[in-house]
Amino acid sequence: MPRNGKANGKTNGKGSGHWIGQRFKRKEDPRLIQGISHYADDLRLPGMLHCAFVRSPHAHAVIRSLDTASARSVPGVVAVILAQDLEGVGNVPCAGVLPDLKTPAHPPLARERVRYVGEPVAAVVAEDMYAARDAAELVQVEYDPLPAVVDMEKALAKDADLVHQEFKTNVAYVHPLKNGDIKGAFKRANRIVKERLVNQRLAPVSMEPRGVVAQYLPGERTLTVWSSTQIPHLLKTQISLMLGLPETSVRVVTPEVGGGFGSKLNVYGEEAVVPWLASKLGRPVKWIETRRENMQATIHGRDQIAYLELALKRDGTILGLRARIHADLGAYYQLLTPVIPTLTALLITGCYKIPAVDIEITGVLTNKMATDAYRGAGRPEATYVIERMVDLAARELKMDPVEIRRKNFPKPTEFPYNTSTGVIYDSANYQMSLKRALDLAGYTKLRARQKAGWKQGKYYGIGLSTYVEICGMGPSSAMPAGGWESATVRVEPTGKVTVLTGASPHGQGQETTFAQLVADRFGLRPEDVAVIHGDTAAVPYGIGTFGSRATAVGGTAVYYATEKIKSKMSAIAAHLMGIKPDGLVFGNGKIATKDKKKSVGFGEVVSAAYMARTLPPGMEPGLEATHFFEPSNFTYPFGAHVCSVEVDPETGETKIEKYVAVDDCGNVINPLLVDGQIHGGIVQGLAQALYEEVIYNEDGQLVTGSLMDYALPKAVHQPQFVLDRTVTPSPVNPMGVKGVGEAGTIGSCPAVVNAVCDALSPLGIKHIDMPLKPEKVWRAIQKAQTPPAAGKRSRAQSRARRTA
Amino acid sequence: MKKNIAININGVEHRAQVEPRLLLVHFLREVAGFTGTHIGCETSLCGACTVLLDGRAVKSCTVLAVQADGRSVTTIEGLAQGNRLHAIQEGFWEEHGLQCGYCTPGMIMCAHDLLERSATPTEQEIRQALDGNLCRCTGYQHIVNSVQAAARKLGKRKATRAVAAD
Repeated sequence: MPRNGKANGKTNGKGSGHWIGQRFKRKEDPRLIQGISHYADDLRLPGMLHCAFVRSPHAHAVIRSLDTASARSVPGVVAVILAQDLEGVGNVPCAGVLPDLKTPAHPPLARERVRYVGEPVAAVVAEDMYAARDAAELVQVEYDPLPAVVDMEKALAKDADLVHQEFKTNVAYVHPLKNGDIKGAFKRANRIVKERLVNQRLAPVSMEPRGVVAQYLPGERTLTVWSSTQIPHLLKTQISLMLGLPETSVRVVTPEVGGGFGSKLNVYGEEAVVPWLASKLGRPVKWIETRRENMQATIHGRDQIAYLELALKRDGTILGLRARIHADLGAYYQLLTPVIPTLTALLITGCYKIPAVDIEITGVLTNKMATDAYRGAGRPEATYVIERMVDLAARELKMDPVEIRRKNFPKPTEFPYNTSTGVIYDSANYQMSLKRALDLAGYTKLRARQKAGWKQGKYYGIGLSTYVEICGMGPSSAMPAGGWESATVRVEPTGKVTVLTGASPHGQGQETTFAQLVADRFGLRPEDVAVIHGDTAAVPYGIGTFGSRATAVGGTAVYYATEKIKSKMSAIAAHLMGIKPDGLVFGNGKIATKDKKKSVGFGEVVSAAYMARTLPPGMEPGLEATHFFEPSNFTYPFGAHVCSVEVDPETGETKIEKYVAVDDCGNVINPLLVDGQIHGGIVQGLAQALYEEVIYNEDGQLVTGSLMDYALPKAVHQPQFVLDRTVTPSPVNPMGVKGVGEAGTIGSCPAVVNAVCDALSPLGIKHIDMPLKPEKVWRAIQKAQTPPAAGKRSRAQSRARRTA
Repeated sequence: MKKNIAININGVEHRAQVEPRLLLVHFLREVAGFTGTHIGCETSLCGACTVLLDGRAVKSCTVLAVQADGRSVTTIEGLAQGNRLHAIQEGFWEEHGLQCGYCTPGMIMCAHDLLERSATPTEQEIRQALDGNLCRCTGYQHIVNSVQAAARKLGKRKATRAVAAD
């Protein structure tokens, strides 16, 4: 049975015991639904100044001169600074390391040249925001425009203009990944399927733009930076390095963070400039990004062009995959820019046994904003191309897309499964999730209706996507900046529990899920547990929230820290009861023997730990434990999505009629929150398939510079999603959890495109690149042959009908 | 240049001398200190700044503060009565209608406008009504559920009040 979405009100408040797996209402919500939480823009400090940036209107230009006199004359303006004022301030960091990587210097404010529209060239500080923005418009910059490198494929030409002269090429790196007998695979193949597939550039568009507030206290020599970030600790380290301050003087606090989707898994130039201004001016400074700035100068995602060849046997068995992928990196690197496309290589075989691969990824520099991690970060690109290729192969071989998938899945007994790309899938049962999804969708009936529809000129399509993804990022050996996570659990003297987590949730709800987890282990109520995150002065060093890692890595750290305390409490309890500490059970506010004959109150043991008079000899007082969890592997959630669409041949519009998602993220702590993650994820993937696209014109001008031009999905566009799940616990962590933040996005995008291409198959249309906007689909239909099944109506007739 | 205005916000009058170009959302946030109303785009496309102006939903980034002179504004902070949440707030909490929470105040105010006009909207009517409010986290399904739950709650409360009045 598909689940309904209702929270179980009964689980809130009463009883104790099993909180894991409950649809528990979020602890975060009361402050959010009353508007009494604090995002960066809501912070007010005495004497606070406001900052605005002056940004390049050109994609590529030499800065001839900068005149700040008129800007300085605006009443209320306190300072106007240029690149040369930032002496000693370090460049924007990139953690990505690859062999022979060409890394351009990335100053926080542009020096002689600008290389993308939106690149900051000056910063204005004023008493209020209106004055700062007025003055920013008065900073006069003379530019000598240069030819812009916009098209990543043209950028590869020998005589192409260069983004960075010093490299003498626009190729930032070439990353190969080869394994197996690829030549033999293609020699033995009965069929080779080839296609060029584009993963267009997207904008993450968290509803809260970025924001930074900084305050320097000269007496204490402390710099506090409130930033809307996913990685407070890494940001603290990088701010100290960029500004040359001892790391012990820098504190980063994340206020409420209004979404990130990877875009705030970063260190931006503004995060150096604003703190620098605060320390130089001796007053707090606030900068809040406008939406226009957000479109121009917050990282973008995706932007890959893939040339693929799939070698197959006649029966659908896949023998090998060749992929030449061009990845548009933009003009400079942000934190992870160059490594994101390499994740595509790791996941490109999807959930299929492909014994031979030959992958080559070319990172290309262009005059655009940097690409970086956006929900899925390299993995949606992989899933899209393999899922499209498998569908194209099925069509070529006249097989059902279900059959070709089943033919190439590893068996459940083959896990852990070593892929030819070098990763080890932890656990899965792809057959099970696919079957469940097909049953829920009524696949056979949908196919029957489709056939009948074609005869009546109705274009119904059914799209599948069976995906696996790489989550729980990740073992440190495979991560650019450490892949572990920290947690401290402290039972306070009153028996309430404080959890400090290095994860930095920004909408995912870990204040709730971690409270459920800890309450469950201690036999308390989630109300008794407070989860603190996002303050480097309070929380032990941590990594942050991204890559669907908060629960799988951060939650596991919480789990182990809790176990350490339980073990100590067991020893104290046993000492108080005069028995051995083995096998004591926590529950109902007590610590008891298994047979429940003897017990001691949870609070009594806590008191003993703090009063320190009745502790076992030699035991340290207090009840606090910290754990740094290093995962042994990634986790690999998987699932099957089935999407049924109707395409209107008159308008090219796609209507999603039914959407079924069966996801397996291992064990689930809070099903309500998992559903929410899946819903939101599906819509982001679906939006890539149908609407969203960052467009730069041939001059490198950003055409989609506002929400007027960049099509975000709205409520009216979405169907009701039918969700279900299978549960295949991960062996990588003791809770068996996998992660769910990106699953929906990874699974949904190819399902939708496969459905549309399936709908149009009677017209001989094989493939249309995303986004499948009505105009593009309509043009493809016009170009295609007259539909054989709907042949009664010729193209000319259709046109006549439209103009009538 | 500056103009004296008085705006009643959540039942309390706020007087200030403002520039004519000051947006209502900046008046609410910067002058009156009601930061629950968020700014997501400044071009009236995202709906995060939705408030009630004389009871009807408006995007406060496209209303000038001077246009609200002498009128009443309800922001998200004005919905709950003491510790008692408004039915729409309860709906969003129970149905997990929010994740990062940034769009939520605008969503709730927009839903308020809808439920004042239509006590039992259909799913499609709810989706239409929320057309001017963007959410990047939830995929909207739980938001729709939240508004439906709120409609049921309001219906019940009305019925209870009617019985009490009898």
